[in-house]
Parts: sequence; C-alpha cells; structure tokens
Amino acid sequence: MISQIIFAILLLATAVLFGLRLKTIRRNILLGKDIERKDRSADRWKNMARVALGQGKMVTRPVAGFFHILIYVGFVLINIEMFEIVVDGLFGGHRTFSNSMGGLYNILIGSFEFLGFGVLLSCIIFLIRRNVVRIRRFHLKEMGGWPKSDANIILIWESLLMFAFLSMNACDFRLQELTGEGSIGFPLSQYLGNTLYGGLDESALHMTERFMWWFHIVGVMGFAVYVTYSKHLHIFFAFPNTYYANLEPKGKLTNMEAVMKEVQMMMDPNVDPYATPAPADPEATPERFGAKDVTDLTWKQLLDSYTCTECGRCSSECPANQTGKLLSPRKIMMDTRDRLEEVGKSLDGNGKPVDDGKALLGDYILEEELWACTSCNACVEACPVDIDPLSIIVDMRRYLIMEESKSPESITVMFNNIENNGAPWAFSAMDRDKWKDEL
Amino acid sequence: MENTPIQVPTVAEMISRGETPEILFWVGCAGSFDDRARKITKAIVRILHKCEVKFAVLGAEESCTGDPAKRAGNEFLFQMQAMQNIQVLNGYEVKRIVTGCPHCFNTLKNEYPELGGNYEVIHHTQLLQELIDSGKLRIEDSSAFKGKRITFHDPCYLGRANDVYEAPRSALQQLDAELVEMRKCKKNGLCCGAGGAQMFKEAEKGDKEVNVERTEQAMETKPNIIATGCPFCNTMMTDGIKHLEKESEVQVKDIAELIAEAQDLL
Repeated sequence: MISQIIFAILLLATAVLFGLRLKTIRRNILLGKDIERKDRSADRWKNMARVALGQGKMVTRPVAGFFHILIYVGFVLINIEMFEIVVDGLFGGHRTFSNSMGGLYNILIGSFEFLGFGVLLSCIIFLIRRNVVRIRRFHLKEMGGWPKSDANIILIWESLLMFAFLSMNACDFRLQELTGEGSIGFPLSQYLGNTLYGGLDESALHMTERFMWWFHIVGVMGFAVYVTYSKHLHIFFAFPNTYYANLEPKGKLTNMEAVMKEVQMMMDPNVDPYATPAPADPEATPERFGAKDVTDLTWKQLLDSYTCTECGRCSSECPANQTGKLLSPRKIMMDTRDRLEEVGKSLDGNGKPVDDGKALLGDYILEEELWACTSCNACVEACPVDIDPLSIIVDMRRYLIMEESKSPESITVMFNNIENNGAPWAFSAMDRDKWKDEL
Repeated sequence: MENTPIQVPTVAEMISRGETPEILFWVGCAGSFDDRARKITKAIVRILHKCEVKFAVLGAEESCTGDPAKRAGNEFLFQMQAMQNIQVLNGYEVKRIVTGCPHCFNTLKNEYPELGGNYEVIHHTQLLQELIDSGKLRIEDSSAFKGKRITFHDPCYLGRANDVYEAPRSALQQLDAELVEMRKCKKNGLCCGAGGAQMFKEAEKGDKEVNVERTEQAMETKPNIIATGCPFCNTMMTDGIKHLEKESEVQVKDIAELIAEAQDLL
C-alpha cells in the first residue's frame, strides 16, 4: 500500500513538474512575433509525417540514421509497456496484463526486449562516436561544458533505463525457472538472467527485480522532467516544428511588410510627403527592423531553438564552418535558446519584462558570425527537424543594416553602387548593353 | 558561325515594331558587366538566336534585382529595386523571363510576386532543357566533348533554394561526355562561397577559402571541365582552379557555353 502511495505521488509530481515547465517554454516561445504558419494544413501534416514521424531526413547519414531509428522506434514502442508498469504501480499488481492477454503478451514482451536491446546498443555506439571516435561536429567550440555533459547524461541515462528494463525481465525469468510459475517468454533477457543473476536465490531475485522495476520507472519519470531542461526536447518538439516548417522554396526570404509600406509611399507620386501621418496606436511599441534580441524573432524561430538537439549536422554542412570561420549555425540556435531562457527567467523573477542591458546580438552572437554566412541553405537542408538558422542570421543582418547602419565597408560600397548605378559594381547603367557589340 | 552580327532587341524596340517577345532574357549585372560572365551571356544569346526564340532584353532599363542587398540585410534597397523593376516589367506586360543567373532567378521568381511582380521565371538551363525536349535544340555533332569528364557544380540558388537539379544535368547529357558527380552534389552540394553577398566582400577570417574547398571536391572527380550555371560560381571555381594551379588541365564553363560550343556557335 505504501509503495502504491509513493508511486502515485511520484507520478503526480512528474506530471506537475513536466506540465509547469512546458507551460513556461510555451510562454517563452510566444514572446516571439507572429508569423503565418497555419495555412496548407494537408501539406503540413505530410511534412510532419515524412520528416518527424518517418525520420525522412535522418537517413541521409546512414550510420547515425540507422541507430537513431532504433532508439526512436524502441522509445515509442516500449512506452506501451510503460502503461502496464504504471497500472502495476498504482494498483499494486505485477504484470497485470500477462494473464488476460495470453500469447499476445508474450509477443509484446518479446519485441520490447529486442527493441530495448536495440536502444541500449545504439546508445553505447553513440557514446563511442561522441567520446572515442570524436566525430568533428560533436567537438566544435560550442560543444564544451554543459552541452557536452548534457549529451552524455542523456545517453547514459537511456542506457541505464534499458539495462534496468532488461534486468527486471531477467529476474522474472529466473523466478519463473525457480518457482515453475508463469510462462512468459523472455527471448533476450533469459541470457542476461543466467549470466548476471544466475547465482541469486529467490529472495535476492525478488529484491533485485523490485529494485530494477523502481529504478526503471523512477528513472523514466526523472528523465521526462530532465528532458524539458535539456537539448533532448526534440523528442516532443520535432513534431510541431516540422508541422510549422517553412514550406516555401528555401531561397525565398520574407518581404518585410513594414518596409513594403514605406517603399510604396516613396514610390507613389500621389502621396503627399507633408501629410500628417495617421495617428499611431499609442499601445503599440514601434517595431524594430530586423532582430536584435529574441523577442524580435518569430515564435517559429524560437520553437526552432528549443527543438534543436545540437546534433551539429547544420554546422558540419556549413561552408563557413568547414573552412574555419567563426559561424556555426548550431551555435546560432543554442544562443537563441539560451538567451530566450535568460529572458524567460527574468520574466519569472520580475513578473514583467525588464531590460537587463543584454541582447542576443552582441552578447551571444557576434557580427563576425553573421557576416560569414553565404546564405546557401546547407544548414536548413541538413536539419533533420526542419530548423532554419539562416532566417535568424538574415534577421540580424537586417537589424545591423537598417537600425545601426553597420556593415563591412565593401558591403556599404555594394549598396551605394546598387543605389546609384543599379548594379553592385560601379558601372554605368548605360553600359549594360555593351556585350551586344561583341556578338 | 554567323556572318551577320546577331541583333538583340530591347523590349521597347520590339514593342515599337508592334511585336511582343515570347520571353524576356534577364541578363543580370554579372552577365552585363563582368568580362567572364559576358561570355556566358553571349552564349545564351547565340543559342536563343539559333533556336529562333523570339526574345528581347531590357537593356539600360534592367537594374539589379536587389538580391545582394536583401541578403546583406538591406530590405529597403531591395524593395526599392524590386518596385522599380516591377514597374518596368509590368509596363511592358512581361509574362515570361529567363535569367542567366540563379540569384536573379530566385529573386524574380520567389520574392517579386508579393510585391506585385508575377511572371513565369525560368533559369537558362531550364530553357535549354525545354529547347532540347521540344526538338528545337539538337546537338548533331557532339564530338567536341567525346571522352571528356564533366562535373557539374550545383549553384545553391538553383539547387537547394529552388530544387532545380535535373535541368542542368539533362542539358549536359546532350554532350557526348562523361558526367561525373561530386561527393557533395545536388541538395548536399557545397556552396562556392559567393552567395549571401559574400561576392562583394572579403571572406571572414578562417583557415581556408570556401571556393578552394569546393574546387578540391570538384578535382576529386578528375574532371576536364567543371560546369557551372551561375556567373558567381563560375568566378569562384575559376579562382579555385587558379589557386590550385590547374588552369592547363581543367576548364570552368557555364552549361550554356558548353552547349553553344557543341553547336559550333562560339
């Protein structure tokens, strides 16, 4: 009875912590500006089904893709077993469904064992890739300290959960052998039972089984809460993020509406330049051109930042990063998320937005990073969950140019040439046709 | 070879003759002013002429699409350019445009419609494919390229930006050459380093130039020719070849130039 109460309290605590944290994240994301991403719902569902559910972009890297799919499928399907574990925990049963489900139960447990083993194996391979093989993208500058530990904690935690899951089964297998009761097939864990737990007597097996059972379920609950504070949020956010992804051609940048109005006024000969402007909405804060801080970005860009799991495929495909420039698209996403968290915490503390004198641009992201971008979209293409680092880079360039008139000198020259000659170089528009003489 | 020089009318001239062009050739700034890119322009014109496509250019009325300004963050300048160009294009009731540059192509196709400029925009390699498919463009004697290895460098603004991968390749397949793909091609292609207004500035500090990296990838295929579809890529890859001191072994040519050469038009 006591264990049931403890279980119920832990379950409730997990739900509360998880829910509150998601609520905070949701509030943070909605600090972003609005952007239309609710149209074309059929295409959006299709994109989500292909990219998130179907892992369509993961397999472009076959090794990582294969093992990731093992973890993904294992994680999703083993959750079916979680249902029984929760029912057992709340009502004090043991393998509640084993009798009523008959042969199907055996099939399910059998497949969970293979899946669990697949997850364990994949996690170990991923740990080796990260820490022994030292693949470059896992060791770029932004991957020191917490991001590095975060990744290892997740992999080790998942490995331990799977080990506990298989051990729990292994003990039940041994108990079945000893007592002659029950006939559940444990296709994989029987070997584990014989090797690791072969020497234990009945009561030690019971104790080990209980320990593993509790370790697993409490571990799962803790993991659920941990995930919301870590890069691992992609397991949930990959779905909305691919649903709300940009479905336009990648080369298309948004046309800024605020600019459109002004340019139309300038180009319209009927507009009276001395007319008193329409009374401004006193409630509205004057909108900034481009992005200086996270609140200048759209909610989709902020959702992107929480979705990023720091895999670094973007940075490893980035021409600037490959050639030693300061830019790393992954860092752009991590900085955006970290700054958003900082702004969110300040909101929590003060109850209202307070200027902390800091900004995403300058305190996190440097101009040198922004100017290294070739806008080639390799990062966007590489992202397995449709994150768009390029849009943030462009929005920050817009801020630099239109609010601060800050650009590399040669870029200013290019602007002047376009303005004066209609070409990025200093050639006269009258010479445009010169090539005709060479025909 | 043509004996009489080809006459390329402006849209204004054509309209004053009471005719309308089937398609407007948007030459682009590089294609108009850059010495190397002008050769590509001339190759495109020769092909259009040979295929009897009724085309015209804007001439002095063409102005930068605003692409480099937009990508560098100057939305004002971009939209000013766009509105000006749209006024001109709409004034002539232009319906269809072919560009010699993927950057112009992308901007005209994707970013002008919201500002009031609605045209069917294609890249010159797409027009080449069209002309081949319709039988207007036939390469009778492709022996010029026999036994040559050609690798195609996907321009970001044609490939990833607009998912055009096949048109340039099917044009190249008309040549009797061996088409070899780079390790990084199509949607995984590596940028030449010129996009996003990089063409107009020094590269940021790093340990290598992007164009050198890309040219090395191209060299892995042991090509005789690196084919491009963008005047900026062409510059970057040409510089890359110079950097690697391979000018005597490898040529960098636009697809239009290769097709024109195969047709003995140059």
